[in-house]
Amino acid sequence: MAGSTEFAPVSEALSLLAAKTHPAGPPLWLLAELTYQCPLHCVFCYNPTQHARIKDELTTAQWVDVMRQARKLGAAQLGFSGGEPLVRDDLEELVQEAHALGYYTNLITSGVGLTETRAQRLKDAGLDHVQLSFQDSTRELNDFLSHTKTFELKQKVARLIKAHDWPMVMNCVLHRHNLPHVGQIIEMALALDAEYLELANTQYYGWAWVNRDHLMPTHEQLIEAEAVVNRYREKIGQRCKLLFVVPDYFEQRPKACMNGWGSVFLSVAPDGVAMPCHNARDLPGLKLPNVRDMALADIWQKSQAFNAFRGEDWMKPPCRSCDERHNDFGGCHCQAFLITGDATQADPVCSKSPHHEKVVQLVKQAPAMRHIPIVFRSDAESRVLHPQA
Amino acid sequence: MIPSRPKLSRRFRLQYEEAQSRWVLLYPEGMVQLNDSAAEILKRCDGERTVPGIVSELEAAFSVQGLTPQVESLLEEGGRRGWID
Repeated sequence: MAGSTEFAPVSEALSLLAAKTHPAGPPLWLLAELTYQCPLHCVFCYNPTQHARIKDELTTAQWVDVMRQARKLGAAQLGFSGGEPLVRDDLEELVQEAHALGYYTNLITSGVGLTETRAQRLKDAGLDHVQLSFQDSTRELNDFLSHTKTFELKQKVARLIKAHDWPMVMNCVLHRHNLPHVGQIIEMALALDAEYLELANTQYYGWAWVNRDHLMPTHEQLIEAEAVVNRYREKIGQRCKLLFVVPDYFEQRPKACMNGWGSVFLSVAPDGVAMPCHNARDLPGLKLPNVRDMALADIWQKSQAFNAFRGEDWMKPPCRSCDERHNDFGGCHCQAFLITGDATQADPVCSKSPHHEKVVQLVKQAPAMRHIPIVFRSDAESRVLHPQA
Repeated sequence: MIPSRPKLSRRFRLQYEEAQSRWVLLYPEGMVQLNDSAAEILKRCDGERTVPGIVSELEAAFSVQGLTPQVESLLEEGGRRGWID
């Protein structure tokens, strides 16, 4: 096999060269984060903790322009998110425009603000689907974690969604407090006729990163929860699709974050900042473009930020020569930055990363760190964490 | 089980995407990228046409014979994935 080892580096060099000159494919997903304002105060929110310092939301006309440009580039899925997108009173207008442009439109909501009147208007505007978040199957925990009395309201909204014949994705963020309830959470999704249930193990960004010690489950909790999910999958078949988002701190390989940087996903923040990932705002070394200053095609194809981790040129060992680099693209840069201080490192979730032990320690040390108070997301806490922008 | 008159589920939207030069199925937060033959079959799943009807239409349109197995296998796959009612 001398021949193959001899020729391997040559073919690798050629493929790197090809990656470098290969133009970006189309974005398929546009995430429109309409506002960072939210009536809830969830401890696991992934929004940037400096949200209260981020002002100057895009206008209706600017959003319409963004949607037109992104559609022209190829985006077909459009998520209206936030914050709580229903805070924007122009949501119906934006949905109508998106529908006319040919997008499949998704509303990603806490349910707060989805009244009968607005639901009907959104239906008329052509909204295709609603994703509704729940914090737990119990009122106590739902209301505690969101620091609001919203449990009954969410039940009501779920029924409203079904009454308008929308397909419904229910989303529940999982952590050590509600993992033992996963069976009841599934039962609730079934009772409310959800077509999909996203059991989203907490991803530690934004407020969730601040509160990670309070949220961190044990390995045993995860194994038990996944077993419950698998039992239900066998029992319910196609009736409701159960998605169990991997708890990546407990894995040996990183997630294929965003399906690769600048590959299919385009996120626009409330202030017009365009990002290859909605958590990328804090990554050092990125010159984040704004849709107010630059055409979306140039942002997608030419901007420094969208090319920073596109392809493989950025990779260091162990990713550079790893035979799994096409599966996970090196994982998540935000996670690499939060944990190693360097966004160009391999995602330390990977057991091949020289920093993997830091992830192991984050899990291990969590119980001992719970004397630090839990921080509910709020404008006031945001200003405390970020004294001045 | 293939229905006698297959119909694309109302939970999926079949759409041509210019930027990708192909047909796709859109559903909540997701997209299936279809090859040309799958798209040609699904386009005809309107709840009116029968399976043999779809087959003969495609055989005539593309001047080929013996498409029954291909159509049936796509419809079975579509049934498993919930595309077909």
